[in-house]
Amino acid sequence: MDHSMRHDFLDRFSRLDSPIHRLPSALKLSFAFALILLVILVPIHVWWVSGILIVLLLIFFVSSKIPWRFVAARLLFLEPFVLGVAVMALFQHDGLTIFLRIVIKSSLCLLTMILLSNTTPFTEILSFIRRIGIPALLVTILALTYRYLFVLIDEAARFRRARNSRTFSSHRTKVWMSLASIIGQLFIRSTERSERIYSAMISRGWK
Amino acid sequence: MRMHIPDGFLDAKTAIASGVFSAAGLGTALRHTRRHLHSREIPLIGLTAAFIFVAQMLNFPVAGGTSGHLIGATLAVVLLGPSVAVIVMSSVLIIQALIFADVGLFELGANIFNMALVAPLCSFIVYRIIRKIFQDNRGQLFAASVASWCATIIAAVVCAGELVWSGTAQWNVVFPAMVGIHAFIGIGEALITMLVLAAIGNTRPELLEDKSRSNSGKEQKAVLLYGILIILGLLIFVVPFASKLPDGLERVAKTFGFENKAIENQSFSAPLKNYRFYGFELSETSSILAGIIGAGSVFVFLFVLSRVIVPKSKNGMNSKTPPL
Repeated sequence: MDHSMRHDFLDRFSRLDSPIHRLPSALKLSFAFALILLVILVPIHVWWVSGILIVLLLIFFVSSKIPWRFVAARLLFLEPFVLGVAVMALFQHDGLTIFLRIVIKSSLCLLTMILLSNTTPFTEILSFIRRIGIPALLVTILALTYRYLFVLIDEAARFRRARNSRTFSSHRTKVWMSLASIIGQLFIRSTERSERIYSAMISRGWK
Repeated sequence: MRMHIPDGFLDAKTAIASGVFSAAGLGTALRHTRRHLHSREIPLIGLTAAFIFVAQMLNFPVAGGTSGHLIGATLAVVLLGPSVAVIVMSSVLIIQALIFADVGLFELGANIFNMALVAPLCSFIVYRIIRKIFQDNRGQLFAASVASWCATIIAAVVCAGELVWSGTAQWNVVFPAMVGIHAFIGIGEALITMLVLAAIGNTRPELLEDKSRSNSGKEQKAVLLYGILIILGLLIFVVPFASKLPDGLERVAKTFGFENKAIENQSFSAPLKNYRFYGFELSETSSILAGIIGAGSVFVFLFVLSRVIVPKSKNGMNSKTPPL
């Protein structure tokens, strides 16, 4: 279980070196968004558009050197969420067509985002959205969130390891209580850490 | 099933409308934060967003091998106030969209509207109302848990409305399915929220004090703006379908101009009318009655539980916490 808590599963390959990774991030982001727009707005039965999109995505995927196992695993992991919502489309006139349309569109968008997030470091995404006019305050908060996400994931993993090595009960009530106290402790440590971060930021001249 | 809408489920008009509402709401929250909060709070907001993100990854075992996890909107509202909660939940969703890909990028606006505006504001209102009645710290746990249950359901209803407006699914399927499932997910959310708050209260009770920043007049203005945005959203996403509850199908058919097709295919659509979703037919009154009984028993259950979790002896010192 603890193996799934490693933090590098998020955007593990975003710092690889490949022709795609070396492209300017602004280009990749705008392109990904245009691709998603196309997938959503063009009806799926316009086969040549869908075909071109799929070929483009495959070209990016191959030249980005991301292991196919990783992409397949991410897709398989995310697909249940898509199917869970899509299943409600079945209960209507011509439901199966709508269902298939949604699943195909959704999967193409997922693939686009998996490729984007694994070819573009998040800091570059942030500097791009700063340039297109997202408020600086939000960008600062996003940068902090991303930076400390990994720290907190490690911290939660340590809590879990400590709990697993001390408790032998799998009673559901106890599991819930201990998970809740882990979350509570995580929040308390986050507030304390945020005070230290603030002092560090101030002492380095952040206004 | 979760409330996260992946890409491909909403059409352009729904995505753009909800995007405009979320941008306005998030903008209001950011302006409020910039003007009225000390810059010391900014690292705290970032860290809380990371905290909620991580908390959402911890799975709580539920019966039969399934598991659920915290969503965290109410927790953020109780700990940090509504405006900060809006920013925190939005940041979580933005990061999930950009690097985790489980939130649609094109659907980001809708997701922010449901989970970062409707859920926190609904929690805030319910929490405040109950807090006025039950003012001790057990009342706080009760208020927070009821608030998270209500917020989960209302966010699910808005989500259902968005799916219907996009023509992805039909109201008389999505509405009972979303509300039915989220009535249970909401109980999980309420329990986790209550347990986490109790755990925080055990070690650092001062973190649970209803912060002065939440009842300042400045925040009232921001809250009013969120309220207006959400009412507008409800008017567009939910009311057109809900107002004709028994005829949801006809309404959807008319909106999207396939009513003739629906009539041709009567044999297929008829069994779904009048909520025959769970295999038995519910009339409108009996489903409302069932809803009231269900909600009532959830409230009683949460009330009793909040009394059990915090024993009375621990209640002495902190019992005169002023209402929010």
